[in-house]
Amino acid sequence: MIVAKRKALNEIAEMLAPYKKVTVIGCRSCVAICLAGGEKEVKMLVSALKVKNKKEGRKQQIEGTVVERQCEKEWVQEIEDQILDSDVTLSMACSLGAQTIGDMYPKHLTFPGLNTGMFGVPEEQGVWSEKCVGCGNCIIHTTGGICPIARCAKSMLNGPCGGSANRKCEVNLEVECAWAAIYDRLKIQNRLDLIESVIQAKDWSASHSGGRRVFVREDAKLTPHQKKGKGVQ
Amino acid sequence: MPQTKPKVIGFCCERHGMDAVVLAARSGKQLDASVRLLQVPCTGRVDGLHILKALEDGADAVFVLGCLEKNCYYDTGSIEGRKRVGYVKQMLAELGIEKERVEMFNAASSNSWIFPEIVAKMVDVARKLGPIGGEKR
Repeated sequence: MIVAKRKALNEIAEMLAPYKKVTVIGCRSCVAICLAGGEKEVKMLVSALKVKNKKEGRKQQIEGTVVERQCEKEWVQEIEDQILDSDVTLSMACSLGAQTIGDMYPKHLTFPGLNTGMFGVPEEQGVWSEKCVGCGNCIIHTTGGICPIARCAKSMLNGPCGGSANRKCEVNLEVECAWAAIYDRLKIQNRLDLIESVIQAKDWSASHSGGRRVFVREDAKLTPHQKKGKGVQ
Repeated sequence: MPQTKPKVIGFCCERHGMDAVVLAARSGKQLDASVRLLQVPCTGRVDGLHILKALEDGADAVFVLGCLEKNCYYDTGSIEGRKRVGYVKQMLAELGIEKERVEMFNAASSNSWIFPEIVAKMVDVARKLGPIGGEKR
C-alpha cells in the first residue's frame, strides 16, 4: 500500500491561513491503514486547526469529510459540491488523491496535507516499512521474494556490497542487509544456487526514469460509444 | 473584563481513577468546582479527538486520570491513555499551543490525596494560561 505521513501541523496551518473556507478530505484506503489520513485523522486535524484558529482569533470555517478512494474520480465526484463550495481543499490522501482532485477541478486550490512516502507494508502496529519502489520490472522470483532494489540502500542486484557486515547495512546499522535476508530466504527454499547466478544489468526504462508512466488495458477501456451511454467524459 | 472560572475537563476511568476521586470526596477534601469530570470505562477509551474537542469547545485544560500503569484494571488501558495524551500534546506543540493544557495522571484506588493535587495543578495551569485565545484569568 501507499504509506504517507501527515505534514507538520504548523506547516498545514500556514498553508491554510489565508483562506476563509477550508474542506479537509480524507481517504479510507491506504492512508487510513497507515493512520495518516483516514476518518479519525481528518477529525483530529480539523479539531486541532480549530483550536489553533481560536488561539489566534482567526475566523476560518473548516469542515472535514472522507471518501472511499480519493484517487478515483467517481468517489471524489460525490463530494463535488463540498469541494467547490470551499476556498481551498486540503487533501489528507496520498499525492494521488490530491492530484485527482486537482485534475478534476483545476481552478480550485488543492493542497497536500500528507507527505507521500513509499510503497510499504505494516510490519507491526504503528510500523510500516518500504518493500517496493515500483521499478516496473519485478525480479523477486529470483531473490527469494525479497526486493533488493527497495531494501538495499544501493539497490545491488548481485549480492551484498563490501559495506555489509554482521548482517547489517553500512548505511544504517539498524537495518538488515537485504542480501543477508535474500541469502537466508533462498537457503530455506533450497534455492541457494540462485545466489550464484548473475542478474543482468537492469533495464530501467520501465521505471520512473522514462518520465510519467501510463498503463493501458485495451480490453478494459470504454469505447466512445460506451462512454456516451454511461455519460462518461 | 469580568473574571470567569477556569474550565477544566477530566476524563476519569471508572475503576481506580474514580475510586481515588470518591475516596478524596469522602475524606472531606475541598475540590475546586471548576473541574468537570467525565467518567469513562477505561482511559484506553479516551481518544485524542475527545481531548481536542474539549479544548475546541471551551476547556482551558484537560486531564486524563487512569489506573496505575502496572495495576490497570484492563491491563494496558492506562498505557493507551498515556500514549494518546502524548500524541495530543505533540499536536498542540506543533501548533504553538501550550501542551501543559493536557496532562495524564495515574492513581491507585487508595490514593485519596492524588485527586485534589491533580485538580489544584490543572486549575492552576488553566488560571495561568487562561482561555485559548483569550485573556488570562
